[in-house]
Amino acid sequence: MKILVLISHVPDTTARIAFTNDNTAYDANGVQFIVNPYDEWYALVRALELKEAQGGSVTTITVGGAATEPTIRKALAIGADDAVRVDAEPKDGHDVAVQVAAYAKDKGFDLVLAGKETIDHNGSQVGPMVAELLELPFISLAAKLDVAGGKATAERDVRGDVEVVECALPLVVSCAKGMAEQRIPNMRGIMAARTKPLQVVPAVASEALSTSVKFELPPPKQAVKLIPAEEAGKLIELLHTEAKVI
Amino acid sequence: MSVIVFADTRGAKVAKSALETLTYGRKLANKEGTTLTLATFGDAPADRLAALDANKVTVARNIGDADNQQLARFVADVAAKEGAKWVICSHDDTGKAVAPRVAARLKAGEVAGATTLPNEQGHIKRNVFSGKAQAWVELKTPVKVVSLLPNSIPVEAAQGTATVEEFTGDTGTAKVTVKEVRKAGEGIPLPEAEIVVSAGRGMKGPENWGLVEELAKELHAATACSRPVSDMDWRPHHEHVGQTGLAIRPNLYIAIGISGAIQHLAGVNGSKVICVINNDPEAPFFKAADYGIVGDAFQVLPKLIEAAKKLNAEK
Ligand SMILES: Cc1cc2nc3c(=O)[nH]c(=O)nc-3n(C[C@H](O)[C@H](O)[C@H](O)COP(=O)(O)OP(=O)(O)OC[C@H]3O[C@@H](n4cnc5c(N)ncnc54)[C@H](O)[C@@H]3O)c2cc1C
Repeated sequence: MKILVLISHVPDTTARIAFTNDNTAYDANGVQFIVNPYDEWYALVRALELKEAQGGSVTTITVGGAATEPTIRKALAIGADDAVRVDAEPKDGHDVAVQVAAYAKDKGFDLVLAGKETIDHNGSQVGPMVAELLELPFISLAAKLDVAGGKATAERDVRGDVEVVECALPLVVSCAKGMAEQRIPNMRGIMAARTKPLQVVPAVASEALSTSVKFELPPPKQAVKLIPAEEAGKLIELLHTEAKVI
Repeated sequence: MSVIVFADTRGAKVAKSALETLTYGRKLANKEGTTLTLATFGDAPADRLAALDANKVTVARNIGDADNQQLARFVADVAAKEGAKWVICSHDDTGKAVAPRVAARLKAGEVAGATTLPNEQGHIKRNVFSGKAQAWVELKTPVKVVSLLPNSIPVEAAQGTATVEEFTGDTGTAKVTVKEVRKAGEGIPLPEAEIVVSAGRGMKGPENWGLVEELAKELHAATACSRPVSDMDWRPHHEHVGQTGLAIRPNLYIAIGISGAIQHLAGVNGSKVICVINNDPEAPFFKAADYGIVGDAFQVLPKLIEAAKKLNAEK
């Protein structure tokens, strides 16, 4: 089975969020970047498990400049066989999808896995857009994924219920919590990753259909109103009469 | 030119998220001086559809929500027929898959998870960096797609007198099919809950969740938890909120025995009111809270349950 995993390069979950150029650009100064957790913990690890059980290959693809290569090497250290970097700064979600689809189009991937969203743009756009551009079916928010007899079976948490869905390969799946357990790369993996193939391909022409023109930070929160533990019941009263939320 | 709203109208009553998208669509249509067309699917009776605040309803009777490719073909088809300038979906489980597909199909710019209507410059706000910041997005295309974050605008439900017509276009066959649905218990689904009672490692073990559930029941709330709690299987995965779980924005979020790590806050900082109960006065969560109680959860929870019961009896 040939699997393609979308890997996004994002600021660490604890990174300071600040903006430069009159709040028009993210300030990446001194920020540590990581593999987007949904891409790493769920999509990549599940791809590796499927390959280990059934044979095949796991390729990762990232749209980004050379600065994303340490992040890509991390994905290789966890176990991907090879990686592709489309050499361009992503313009928007649609642009990323166009680049991925342009690469994947004639490669015969059976399965394309994406994280359910990235933790910086939080768009949940790239997976379904890739599916649309490749004219493939798409299963969103899968918490479990299995493949047997040319068919994928996935479980999705929808509105508290669990929905079991089925679809013939090839298809695109976006991966959420529950699909796999995080894997910490070992020394052998890290060494091997240095020499695994990382192919850099040029971007295809594509226009930004949207731009983030300005960023804002939320206003600082007012100081917390403390209620003594002995009078805890007063909280319920305040939520009713003051905050009016119950 | 028109505004298209795609919404799920199935079920016993039309979901709040669907009414929110209709309110959003109506406001846009008024602003643009145009009409609103609802594109929907499933078996909702025609009289119920006609009563929704749309000028026209196009309903695809024989497609479900399992295959978003079919839904996207349907919505794009309606959009093309109506000469749509705007296509509005909810940023819910279905909309999150359909809106980007429609956008790619129409080569339209998309705002995913919008929290506002367009401002004077036509820019729309959305959350970024997992709720730690917001961005104003400009859509550069003549056709624009918006998926609206649930609970972002109040519903203004006007009585409609829409004409209802059945969709006859071709959406192909469903490639994704539903094999089985395992119904969750009675509880309120977390993504739609207006009140959420959430607990963390401070509850010490799954055997103590009775208190959390009882408070949730009295407040008509859904239950949630921190990541370690679901990782240790004290609670099911779908209760995990935060940066790597579900992002929620209820009116009230009550956090019990949760430290308030940045990754946890990322999933709940859109809540309107946050209450924190923690025995450590230095817990970072207090900085993000509106109300707080420094105290032992096992002492505080029974008091809250009692007070909630009393309030319910008075209401
Ligand atoms: C990449 C990444 C992603 C992550 N994503 C998420 C995420 O999506 N969601 C998430 O929740 N976490 C996430 N985490 C983990 C996060 O960093 C914290 O470790 C986690 O939120 C802590 O959970 P907790 O508050 O339940 O436990 P702890 O941090 O152990 O906190 C327990 C709290 O309970 C209090 N307490 C103890 N006993 C009592 C008592 N008797 N009464 C009252 N209070 C008591 C303690 O004072 C403490 O504040 C992520 C971490 C990483 C690195």
